[in-house]
Amino acid sequence: MITRTVRHMCLGTRSHNRWLQLRFHSTSPAIFEDVGKAGFIIKSSSTNVFENLALEDWIHDNVDLQKRSILYLWRNSSAVVIGRHQNPWQECNLRLMRQMGMPLARRRSGGGTVFHDLGNINMTFFTSKKKYDRHRNLSVVTSALKNLRPGLDVQSTERFDILLNGQYKISGTAAKLGRTSAYHHCTLLCSADRSVLSPVLKSSFQGIKSNATPSVPSPVKNLFDEDPTLDSETIMTALACQYNREFGFDSPVHEVDPGDEDCWPGIQKMAEELRTWEWVYGRTPKFSVCTDFHVHVGSSNAKVTFNLDIKHGIIENCSMDMPTEWLPKNVSDEFSSFLKGCKYCPNEMAALVAAFLRATHLGTESSSRMYCLCENVIANM
Amino acid sequence: MEVTVKEWYVKEGDKVSQFDSICEVQSDKASVTITSRYDGVIRKLYYDVEDTALVGSPLVDIETDRGQEGSPEEDVVETPAVSHQHTHQEMKAQKAQATPAVRRLAMENNIKLSEVVGTGKDGRILKEDILNFLAKQTGAILPYEGEQQVVQPAVRRTTDTTFKPDKAPAASYPVAAGSRPVFTGKDRTEPLKGIQKAMVKTMTAALKIPPFGYCDEVDVTQLVSLQKELKVLAQSRGVRLSYMPFFIKAASLGLFHFPILNASIDEGCQSITYKASHNIGLAMDTPQGLVVPNVKRVQTLSIFDIAVELNRLQSLGASGQLGTADLTGGTFTLSNIGTIGGTYANPVILPPEVVIGALGKIQVLPRFNTQGDIIQAHVLSVSWSADHRIIDGATMCRFSNLWRSYLENPASMALDLK
Repeated sequence: MITRTVRHMCLGTRSHNRWLQLRFHSTSPAIFEDVGKAGFIIKSSSTNVFENLALEDWIHDNVDLQKRSILYLWRNSSAVVIGRHQNPWQECNLRLMRQMGMPLARRRSGGGTVFHDLGNINMTFFTSKKKYDRHRNLSVVTSALKNLRPGLDVQSTERFDILLNGQYKISGTAAKLGRTSAYHHCTLLCSADRSVLSPVLKSSFQGIKSNATPSVPSPVKNLFDEDPTLDSETIMTALACQYNREFGFDSPVHEVDPGDEDCWPGIQKMAEELRTWEWVYGRTPKFSVCTDFHVHVGSSNAKVTFNLDIKHGIIENCSMDMPTEWLPKNVSDEFSSFLKGCKYCPNEMAALVAAFLRATHLGTESSSRMYCLCENVIANM
Repeated sequence: MEVTVKEWYVKEGDKVSQFDSICEVQSDKASVTITSRYDGVIRKLYYDVEDTALVGSPLVDIETDRGQEGSPEEDVVETPAVSHQHTHQEMKAQKAQATPAVRRLAMENNIKLSEVVGTGKDGRILKEDILNFLAKQTGAILPYEGEQQVVQPAVRRTTDTTFKPDKAPAASYPVAAGSRPVFTGKDRTEPLKGIQKAMVKTMTAALKIPPFGYCDEVDVTQLVSLQKELKVLAQSRGVRLSYMPFFIKAASLGLFHFPILNASIDEGCQSITYKASHNIGLAMDTPQGLVVPNVKRVQTLSIFDIAVELNRLQSLGASGQLGTADLTGGTFTLSNIGTIGGTYANPVILPPEVVIGALGKIQVLPRFNTQGDIIQAHVLSVSWSADHRIIDGATMCRFSNLWRSYLENPASMALDLK
């Protein structure tokens, strides 16, 4: 069905697919089509986190995994990836990420927040639900590493982490189960930039009350720190070999382009969906923000208490408390009512504040106070 | 074994088909999608979001045609049930056959393949079947469109009149940015919220201002050739130079002579505040709606400085990252509608300002020169709206003439540049 059509799509329409055909002459370009093969290894040529995540979804939705299993190797340029049911405001420093131009992605599997960069390898093990076995998959990783460097102390734990020297986490796991198939993916820290990893994974927001899945922070280390001769390419090759050995496959590593719409029809739309604000932020489980801040304007200062209820990333309820002589109550009440229905997003807020300040006649003093108050509110987004 | 219910995709009373997703549960770092085993109507949900559920206990009640049947919770995580063989086989028979291109067409139009009758071999769904299905839904015959041309939203281009006269303007019809529209044939009511509400308030306040309009034409032939030259120089400094910095600087030079156009009137109309700083705003169309970021203290900036600022604001606007500092404090606004199209307009004054200028597109038109010969001239149309409570026609006209003279003879700007 779908696999037959993948071959039809891949052949001939684009020149680089022909090249693919020539390069892997011994195997069919429609990599999943080859009837004799039960296992396939693919490696992404893209470092775009949204494209790579979209390919994971595409395979999960479209490929028949009852009779074949797939190992998918991928790396992303710097990004933070949160789990399906997590709260990004709680998990990472969004402000710092915005300044650095670092994207935030939400994956479809559960689990905690991770930092990705080119020094981190991601691997996804696709199987049927019957063959879903995370411990076995992790043994592929630990065996591959031990074959490369016999002295290396790497072990998987009951919680599906992999520890180096018994204390440093070098790999975390998450999984997604559908009706008939499943995937288990995990990270592997080879040479990630730890000077970026730490600050970016520290939340900068106060007063958040949420039931979202929290991340469990652990001390981490790169394999590179332990042995500088271990680089990502070497490790990925070793992983591919061990995967074949463990499951009795003999698949070469096929390089694939997750942006190729002909090969994976519908994938651009999937990647687009993963980029939308509605998915990344709007999928956050209900949470509330209770905070107070001191606002200084000229010689006056006031303590403002702020309460927000946020659902689907949109402010549902908002109340503000401040001394009435500092700002007229009708102004702060009107502002609160304007916040309702607004996305909990600094850019929307900035546009809203600008429009509100335009339309509300305030004296110079009140204007500055209002402006200052808004800046504080936005800083917490 | 316990799991946490994380998200419901259905609620009580919803109709579900077999294999529709019902909910998402989380167990032990694994996210599991649980699907319906039956066609029917959801009668009861046994758990709320964030509740802990026991594997094996009832999850949801689905009423089928055969009567009420409790649906025991699907197996989760480690224990694939034998009954899956049964569902798996059923799935093979029921899964709609269609090529990826046909699936995409269906997806783009939000059509469930299960609802389409396939006329191909073995009930395979063909492209024609999707089109027929759509036609039935909308009551029209839809032409098959090829690759959808997505028009970039005007964010980046609003401040740049790069109308090239040598290119014959193609008879291109405006294509709405975004995906193919979905026809549901039903009215839809939503409450106004957030930014829309604020916009309504702004525009209602704007209506209180009695405006008068004043339009004119500017011969920008000399400006066009100057910009062409300077563009290269600016490029070498890493900055994109459009016409806007010239328009903005000329406006600021004009405001020195007519400071009342850079003023603000208080609510009770008791006093006018003449603003010292020329913070000239640029209307921008962004995903958040109409925002007006402004270039601060134009009176102290050179044309190059203004171009640098514009580049910064444009890239922030394009990525949706404009902050309050950039969006507030404007004293005078220019709206460049010419990048999208149009010549003359009736722009709305944005309080607390008192003037706004709308710039149309630059057209190449025949004009007479001083000898009476017909020549090719680059003509820009401008439409000003001003607050008639404090600004009279003569002032607006004189300001416009001064602004026009700077642009028609850009060398004259050099005399008055501070």
